[in-house]
Amino acid sequence: MKYEPVIGLETHVELASKSKVFCRCKAEFGGQPNSYVCPVCLGLPGTLPVLNKISMEMSLIVALALHCDIPEVTIFDRKNYYYPDLPKNYQISQEYCPLARNGRLTIQLKDEREKEIGIHNIHLEEDAGKNFHSTGGKQPTTLVDLNRAGTSLLEIVSQPDLRNAEETEAFMQTVRCLLRYLEVSDCKMQEGSLRFELNISLRPCGVQEYGTKVEVKNVGSVKAVLRALDYEMARQAEILDEGGRVVQETRLWDDTRGETRPMRVKEGAKDYRYFPEPDLLPVRLEREYLDALKNRLPELRDAKCRRFIETYQIPPYDAGVLAADKTVADFFEECCRLHAAPKTFSNWIMVHILRELREDSEIGDLPITPQHLAELVRLVESDAINSNIAKKVITEMMKTGNMPADIVKEKGLEAVSDSGEIEQFVEETIAENPGPAEEFKDGKDKAMNFLLGQVMRKSRGKADPQLVQELLRQKLRG
Amino acid sequence: MTEPYELTAWQSVEYMQKQELSARELVDSVLSRIDQVEGKIHAYHTVMRERAETTASQIDARRASGDDLPPWAGVPIAIKDNICLRDFTTTCSSKMLENFIPPYDASVVTKINAAGLIPIGKTNMDEFAMGSSTENSAFGRTCNPWDLTRVPGGSSGGSTAAVSADETILAIGSDTGGSIRQPAAFCSVTGFKPTYGRISRYGLVAFASSLDQIGPITKDAKDAAGLLNILAGHDPCDSTSINQPVPDYLAALTGDVKGIRLGIPKEYFIEGINAEVKETVEQAAKVYEQLGASCVEISLPHTEYAIATYYMICTAEASSNLARYDGVVYGYRCEQQNNIVDMYCKTRSEGFGPEVKRRIMLGTYVLSAGFYDAYYRRAQKIRTLIQQDFDAAFQSVDAVLCPATPSPPFKAGEKVDDPLEMYLSDVFTAPLNLAGLPGIAIPGGFSADGLPIGIQLIGPALCESILLNLSYSFQLETDYHKKKPVL
Repeated sequence: MKYEPVIGLETHVELASKSKVFCRCKAEFGGQPNSYVCPVCLGLPGTLPVLNKISMEMSLIVALALHCDIPEVTIFDRKNYYYPDLPKNYQISQEYCPLARNGRLTIQLKDEREKEIGIHNIHLEEDAGKNFHSTGGKQPTTLVDLNRAGTSLLEIVSQPDLRNAEETEAFMQTVRCLLRYLEVSDCKMQEGSLRFELNISLRPCGVQEYGTKVEVKNVGSVKAVLRALDYEMARQAEILDEGGRVVQETRLWDDTRGETRPMRVKEGAKDYRYFPEPDLLPVRLEREYLDALKNRLPELRDAKCRRFIETYQIPPYDAGVLAADKTVADFFEECCRLHAAPKTFSNWIMVHILRELREDSEIGDLPITPQHLAELVRLVESDAINSNIAKKVITEMMKTGNMPADIVKEKGLEAVSDSGEIEQFVEETIAENPGPAEEFKDGKDKAMNFLLGQVMRKSRGKADPQLVQELLRQKLRG
Repeated sequence: MTEPYELTAWQSVEYMQKQELSARELVDSVLSRIDQVEGKIHAYHTVMRERAETTASQIDARRASGDDLPPWAGVPIAIKDNICLRDFTTTCSSKMLENFIPPYDASVVTKINAAGLIPIGKTNMDEFAMGSSTENSAFGRTCNPWDLTRVPGGSSGGSTAAVSADETILAIGSDTGGSIRQPAAFCSVTGFKPTYGRISRYGLVAFASSLDQIGPITKDAKDAAGLLNILAGHDPCDSTSINQPVPDYLAALTGDVKGIRLGIPKEYFIEGINAEVKETVEQAAKVYEQLGASCVEISLPHTEYAIATYYMICTAEASSNLARYDGVVYGYRCEQQNNIVDMYCKTRSEGFGPEVKRRIMLGTYVLSAGFYDAYYRRAQKIRTLIQQDFDAAFQSVDAVLCPATPSPPFKAGEKVDDPLEMYLSDVFTAPLNLAGLPGIAIPGGFSADGLPIGIQLIGPALCESILLNLSYSFQLETDYHKKKPVL
């Protein structure tokens, strides 16, 4: 039978607030184990949480950007469960009155189609620490690192509106892009600052009713989510084809084996005994405050894309690529501010810079700045170097971070503009390659490329190719 | 001069200012009194002898060199053992925290230190403040100084017994459902639970977060006012602390109660109430009338639901607050464990006493899926009704006068096997914790057997001044608070 998957995503975002959500400890990735801790996030007896206003503000910014309904009062609840990485054995979260509900996010699909994905709710909670299980030694031991315990975690729960891998991937990319635009998280999946959980059920095509939902945790990257999705779709389809029933459960993704397996047998029966957190007062969200936040929302991707097309006269494709990431868009705009050559910058960025970026790295991590690129373009425009040399220079810049003019000088890459020298190269080339020279004389343009290449080699790439072509024409065709 | 340990804080401060008494002499006197009677009372877990002696000598040196000291510098204070004091064990009278040394001071301890008060020891209590007799202590019960075979009340029984037996000048306790006022009444001292949020809870080991409140335990109302001046105020570390200016509570002690209207709730004189307790309240009403106040009967109609409501809410919160005692980061951990669940089970089975386990189980049940609406949510609704009862009453009266306990102090062991009977000890004190209101218990007289009987005054939120002045005025007219147990 053919099945349609019904997919929902829970997006867990580690907020970029400098301190933890309920204490003043540093909220940073890494650090010596248990070095970013204090009596509050260790859950010592007698300590009390105090809400970090920046974390709440970042959460509300996300809620506003996702067009959510924001209540007048939001309340924190305790989610009770025992785990060694959770020092109080309850997590301060939001169950009954989250800070936002009923939002939406528009995703772009192939063929310029768009789809609106509902946001069920957004809530703010504290993250847990990390357990390290060691099986070596006589007795298996578990070590606990509480550096992450108490950092701000925003959970964005989508409606089950996604129907295939393409939509799921687009949703993840769009959410990531939005969060980075809002500057509320660095969204580094490898460091765990952006994590997804997948809900998936299958139903026979044409049927309205939802099937039984399976939750998949421990998916580390966008790729892993898509692989887990594929795996689950196949697994559930097989069960249904054989007339079986899908069990409602939480499964863990095993990235090495490429499969999901059940988390714990009793998982479904878990009772978190939520109740309002008595150590925190309900948070009143004043309309004026929310309006002010809304007015301060930055220009988001679509608006930026439109503006790039209009202001810089670059093709929509370029604008889309550049605006897909805020840091790239900012890089581009800074280049244009330094030197008015938008399309040239767009080409350089798209062709030579973006390909250097892997999933979690960003343009800011590269040693190259808009100053570098602007200087490089100026060198090309003033014929100080040709574009082939420029490619060598950019590769060098990526490695060393040196300024292009210095690289050119250091490596002796200045263009050979002395036409006497070039003329000599041209004459030598014609003499050494009589065959191709004849062909070009007879009107075969193809031969030009060969001759040009030979001249360029003689000049070690530094001759201006246009000048070379001109000279070849003069000499051979008169 | 009488023995320095017999003094109130105010008296000792006067002597110290006149240089007729040094802080060190006062501390030494209190320590010698502890040596003398502690064997009978067992009010303390820890006596901070050396620290107290050193601090006292430092204060004397500063005073001698002409330093400007806070007015109460040098007065000893006992601290209930659920309030964190850096570098000394804070046990909550539990095996679970027997060796727990907090690396930080509770906000009240910071204030106590800043005021120059001298912490003299950590006092015994019911384990995690759960109990009404200080019998639920992992380290042995505290005896009532008035009759060693009887309980001092609880859970702040160590603090009230210490004040009553002159083993300290001042004390602080915590009150969740009566844990300051009930033992104050049993030990014939002044015990004050201020409005919820008036004093920071930061560093008070939580029992039930929405009900817990720290308060003064003193020899008279004037000391309570002075100590409240030191302890009250907003604390950025406690989100539930009230951000309102703190009045000068001493300035409120005018001794004039003319025109004050006192309400006496008819629901508090239930069938079976001890006749001598009832009589004591009636006598107190007469005293107030003679002072020019008026007494009228009022109704607090939802009183009968208060105890059930209280035990729903406090156990629910406790089940969550006490989840952190798992043996992972600090506190007791069982010796051998096969896996994490085994470690949790053994640690908690071995580390907690029976009453704590009972309440954790009750609270877990109350919050469970399927029962939450029927118990916890409903209890919260009734809590609102109880608050509204008080709101309505305070439309026509300035304060409520009522008993503090249903009976004089009972015998040790009498109620340990009957938790329900024990829970009813809170019947007159718990309602105002649910409403977040201030309440004070002061000595109201003695039974024919010579056992203390307290009276209780309840005021509107943030009206501590009225209660302190009413208590002060009563104590100007009576001398029950001056009577001392014979030890």
